[in-house]
Amino acid sequence: MLLTIRNTQAPADELGWLLHKHPEKVQSFEVSFGQVHVFYPEVSEAACTAAMLLDIDPVRLVRGGSEQAEGLLAQYVNDRPYAASSFMSVAIAQVLRSALTGQAKARPELVDKPLALTAALPVLACRGGEGLLRALFEPLGYEVRAEPLPSADEDAAWGRTPYFAVELRRTAPLRELLTHLYVLIPVLDDDKHYYIGDDEVDKLLRFGEGWLAGHPEREAIARRYLKHRASLTRRALERLAEGEADAAAEEAALASRDRAEEALERPLSLDEERMRAVTEVLVDSGAAQVLDLGCGSGKLLARLLKLRQFTRLVGVDVAHTVLERAAQRLHLEDMSERTRDRVTLLHGSLVYRDARLDGFDAAAAVEVIEHVEPSRLASFERALFAGARPRVVVITTPNAEYNAKFAELAAGQLRHADHRFEWTRAEFATWASAVGERHGYAVELRPVGPVDPELGAPTQMGVFRR
Amino acid sequence: MTALVIPELAVVAMIGASGSGKTTFARKHFKPTEVLSSDFCRGLVSDDENDQQATGDAFDLLFTIARKRLDRRLLTVIDATNVKTEARKSVLALAREKHAMPVAIVLDVPTKVCLERSQQRSDRSLGAPLIRQQCSLLRQSLRELKREGFRYVYVLRGEEIEAATIERARLWSDRREDRGPFDIIGDIHGCFDELVALLGRLGYAIEGEGEALRVTHPQGRRPIFLGDLVDRGPKIVEVLRLVMDMVAAGAALCVPGNHEMKLHRYLRGSDVKPNHGFAETAAQLAAAPPEFGRRVERFIDSLVSHYTLDGERLVVAHAGLKESLQGRASGAVRQFALFGETTGETDEFGLPVRHDWAREYRGRAIVVYGHTPVPVAEWLNRTICVDTGCVYGGALTALRYPELEVVAEPARRVYCESVKPLQPPPERSAQQEHDALLDLADLLGKRNLSTRLRPSLTISAEHSAAALEVMSRFAVDPRWLIYLPPTMSPSETSQREGLLEHPAEALAYYREAGVGAVVCEQKHMGSRAVMIVGRSPGALARRFGAQTAAHGVIYSRTGRPFFADAALEAALLERVASSATQIDLWGELDTDWLCLDCEILPWSAKAQALLREQYAPTGAAGEAGLQASVAALRAAAERGTEVAGLLAAHERRLEDVRKYRQAYRRYCWPVQGPGDYKIAPFHLLASEGRVHVDRDHVWHMETLARLCAPAPEMLLATPYRVVDTEDEEGCAAVIAWWEELTAAGGEGMVVKPFDFVAKGPKGLMQPAIKCRGPEYLRIIYGPEYTAPEHLGRLRARGLGSKRSLAIREFALGLEALERFVRREPLRRVHECVFAVLALESEPVDPRL
Repeated sequence: MLLTIRNTQAPADELGWLLHKHPEKVQSFEVSFGQVHVFYPEVSEAACTAAMLLDIDPVRLVRGGSEQAEGLLAQYVNDRPYAASSFMSVAIAQVLRSALTGQAKARPELVDKPLALTAALPVLACRGGEGLLRALFEPLGYEVRAEPLPSADEDAAWGRTPYFAVELRRTAPLRELLTHLYVLIPVLDDDKHYYIGDDEVDKLLRFGEGWLAGHPEREAIARRYLKHRASLTRRALERLAEGEADAAAEEAALASRDRAEEALERPLSLDEERMRAVTEVLVDSGAAQVLDLGCGSGKLLARLLKLRQFTRLVGVDVAHTVLERAAQRLHLEDMSERTRDRVTLLHGSLVYRDARLDGFDAAAAVEVIEHVEPSRLASFERALFAGARPRVVVITTPNAEYNAKFAELAAGQLRHADHRFEWTRAEFATWASAVGERHGYAVELRPVGPVDPELGAPTQMGVFRR
Repeated sequence: MTALVIPELAVVAMIGASGSGKTTFARKHFKPTEVLSSDFCRGLVSDDENDQQATGDAFDLLFTIARKRLDRRLLTVIDATNVKTEARKSVLALAREKHAMPVAIVLDVPTKVCLERSQQRSDRSLGAPLIRQQCSLLRQSLRELKREGFRYVYVLRGEEIEAATIERARLWSDRREDRGPFDIIGDIHGCFDELVALLGRLGYAIEGEGEALRVTHPQGRRPIFLGDLVDRGPKIVEVLRLVMDMVAAGAALCVPGNHEMKLHRYLRGSDVKPNHGFAETAAQLAAAPPEFGRRVERFIDSLVSHYTLDGERLVVAHAGLKESLQGRASGAVRQFALFGETTGETDEFGLPVRHDWAREYRGRAIVVYGHTPVPVAEWLNRTICVDTGCVYGGALTALRYPELEVVAEPARRVYCESVKPLQPPPERSAQQEHDALLDLADLLGKRNLSTRLRPSLTISAEHSAAALEVMSRFAVDPRWLIYLPPTMSPSETSQREGLLEHPAEALAYYREAGVGAVVCEQKHMGSRAVMIVGRSPGALARRFGAQTAAHGVIYSRTGRPFFADAALEAALLERVASSATQIDLWGELDTDWLCLDCEILPWSAKAQALLREQYAPTGAAGEAGLQASVAALRAAAERGTEVAGLLAAHERRLEDVRKYRQAYRRYCWPVQGPGDYKIAPFHLLASEGRVHVDRDHVWHMETLARLCAPAPEMLLATPYRVVDTEDEEGCAAVIAWWEELTAAGGEGMVVKPFDFVAKGPKGLMQPAIKCRGPEYLRIIYGPEYTAPEHLGRLRARGLGSKRSLAIREFALGLEALERFVRREPLRRVHECVFAVLALESEPVDPRL
């Protein structure tokens, strides 16, 4: 992994004084992830280039101390030894410390002297593309040259790589260039190698002094620099803006990447609408004991828990981690014993018979069936309608016809990556009435959300009663 | 005096006042763990054996322990005074609840003696009034005990107490040493002609005529009659005579049916309604001599409600017996065995609605029963009803045991019209119908599985939970999931220069374990797949109970559909099926389906995301980054800077990255349609009735090579070599072959013991060991792993957990297949594949 910094302002070799590294020597430094070498490929009155070469030890990355290595870092095949990343920032901070912090004992006058600088990064991952690269550096006065790293023909099938060969030109003190690189390389790479704690906020603010507060992309910078940790990001932004930020807007911007479906439906506040409709059916049914099948993080349970009609609520989900989130959302641990007794979370599956789900008045499966493989739908049906057999069952699922109204969705695309199917109103009606007939339930279908005269409502709801 | 006979499964109440010597008596005759003392429990809960306030809690504890013991069918002695009716009532209720025999042993010791003993005791003194009261209560109780419900009552006095001995008796139903072979015959109802024909069909020799028939079997087989010999049919007396003669001669066993019980009441002189076909019995018996009636009465009297046979592997009862009642004795057990479990309701034909205990049956023993006429005898959860309604014009059916074959003799005619019409046989079997929905209770929590290859395998609750998510969200229909492949360990790490793996270590593993011949197979670099392929979609649906439009299913090693595109999957399967038809593998193996272990190529087809996110970008970044580094170092070198060492190292790194890019590209090619895929089957795991683990790997290789031959454009026969691990030259040749394969870019080879299942001194051996080539390993250990400074550290890797996992998964996978071919309930198959998935969530170095 290489960074070169070229100065073309005569006398160009002043760069060596600033970097504290002798132009005729190779100097090597041990760092936690390997070695850093600094040397000069070019030295003259007119132009001087310093190179910082990171020799990352790939075996140590995987095996070295930190047990929590995850994702790509846990793999020997990964781009970390080759692409500029947070490792580069660490090297800048350790090996070029005095230049970064603006100290030059021998030639202090050079610290604030603008030089004609070009920083070159032969491989920089720009997650967010060239657009983000320019949006980050151009407001700071850089002339940006970026060449996407071509895929070899043999690898064309695997799409474009995220890498660019980047050159950044600006006449400015070296200290500023290094500061910007220090902060913005990891922001572009968007995959920091170390654990992010609270002190990272201070670090960001310290290195961002004088330029970050006014930077148009400050939100993206803070978010990515802090590894998308929402609470840290919010704290950083608050401190940056000193209270003037629109908290709600930021909250929305922070919605995690896999919430695409929610984002799609949010303008309709469809989620809220669905919860209200399902709750209404449950309340009207007079049910006291209710199952929330596929309860996810417990939104419906939280709502039902507020109503005293419901004396026993059981949330079931197949994903263990999601149940932990539900327990947090419901504050299960801190509940009074009386409330605690009303709600239970069960790890279970909707395609297996589960006697623990017998004997309930009602069951809700909100936006669940579309996550079941069509080949397992018969099991879902038998487990619920022949096995558990609650008096009332409420099922909601997307209305595929309505997808035409979502401009963001390509034709035939589903609203969520995990949806196995999305039904038209006719398809849902056929399924629902067949289920009703087989198991002795009367079926009523209702739209949820704004009804389009042609396409119907975005969500369809089936209420089954016996 | 004679010994006190106590059934093996009993609740024994010691009855006697304080100081009567109960504890001493119990200690003398029973194991310490069999005796539950109320005093001791009082001490446990309160630190004071005399604390009468703790009595309630003490008995709670005592009964809790007693229940746990009785659940395990262990004899339990209640050492308490038991002089009060109330106290004995709870003992009797406990015996009833657990279907154990209630036994009373009374120590009737004079009050004076009790008082003396009590005074001598230093640890406890209850006081004279209380002891006097106990003695008087005891005497009042003596005559009540039988009436209260104790089945055995022993009252001991004076010398008898010291002289008493105890003899433990088997339950009447316990015939576990009787191992058969048997022919278990369903409800006969006087169909004598069919019975004689059926016995003939089963190979019995029938000699004599008229009243004196002698029935014997050349192989010593014996019939077991499941009751309901009488009523409705034409030749009730003949049937009774034959059965009674055989039972008397020890040539048959018989359990009673509800119709026999009614006849018994009649013979004892009770008033009996002539309905349900009893009129025929009454009329036919009236024609027989009176002596015959008395014989029948004695015969029915002697019958035991059910039998447990063959090491408790077989249970026979007229109406079946659920697991919780097996090997026990009580009125409820007898009632169930005779009438089954009814809900108390009646159906539209006025017949009692039966609770279908067989649906919930999870027992280990096979249960064979009759009572309810069914169209055909079929298995459900290891139970089978063999009453096929002969008297209604159906058939008389026998189950051969231990062969488990069903033999049926059609009725000569309809002797009696059934109230409820016999249903035609359904399309799906009862088991398949039942298996359409599996029960979570059979899968979740900490599980212990017993497999043929490994008797005990534990799956933690945590791993089961992980498997549930994968199974529910991603797996194919469980009915197809009859096998999941085990993980495979690499060979011991090689110390050879530049290498991590080498065949020498794989060969050495088997040599040291005492395996002579091994089979070395070329390892294809694709994705592991399990293929169920069938002669026709219809045949598959009949056998697997799941519908498919294709000639089978292909799934990944974690049970997910291998292809997202159903048409593509169908096309590949169709080709394999037609290949099997061309060489008539169906006929050769007498099967409609095959289960194959395969590798499907190219790797890139399934590894798209991996290539896009990880392999290709790393290659691109590596080559570009190192090129730039080399250029900068060259420039510095030209200036005279001392960078020679760095430059050389980076040039070598660049070379390594280029080799790495070559390595993964070899396993990638574009796929548009079925013609672009290659399938390399390497195990023919199972076909109808047989798991082919008793055939060696050469059989697998040769049979599969024949399967591949008609479709060389798609099916790859795997090149292999057989070598003796002791033969140095042979081993050298195999190593040379490996070098040749890997030099040409191959992944490497897999070494397997000649026999599919190999056991050594330490038990089950690794079923296969892979040795991967040095270039292939770049995509596992990183582009530059061959640098000496990296390789040295990478050699430190432990194979222990991987190997333990491989063996456990191997045992489970084969167990799933064995259970499937034996037509066991799906849950028994599913729990094995579920366990393989659960084990896969154990953390193991993913690079091994």
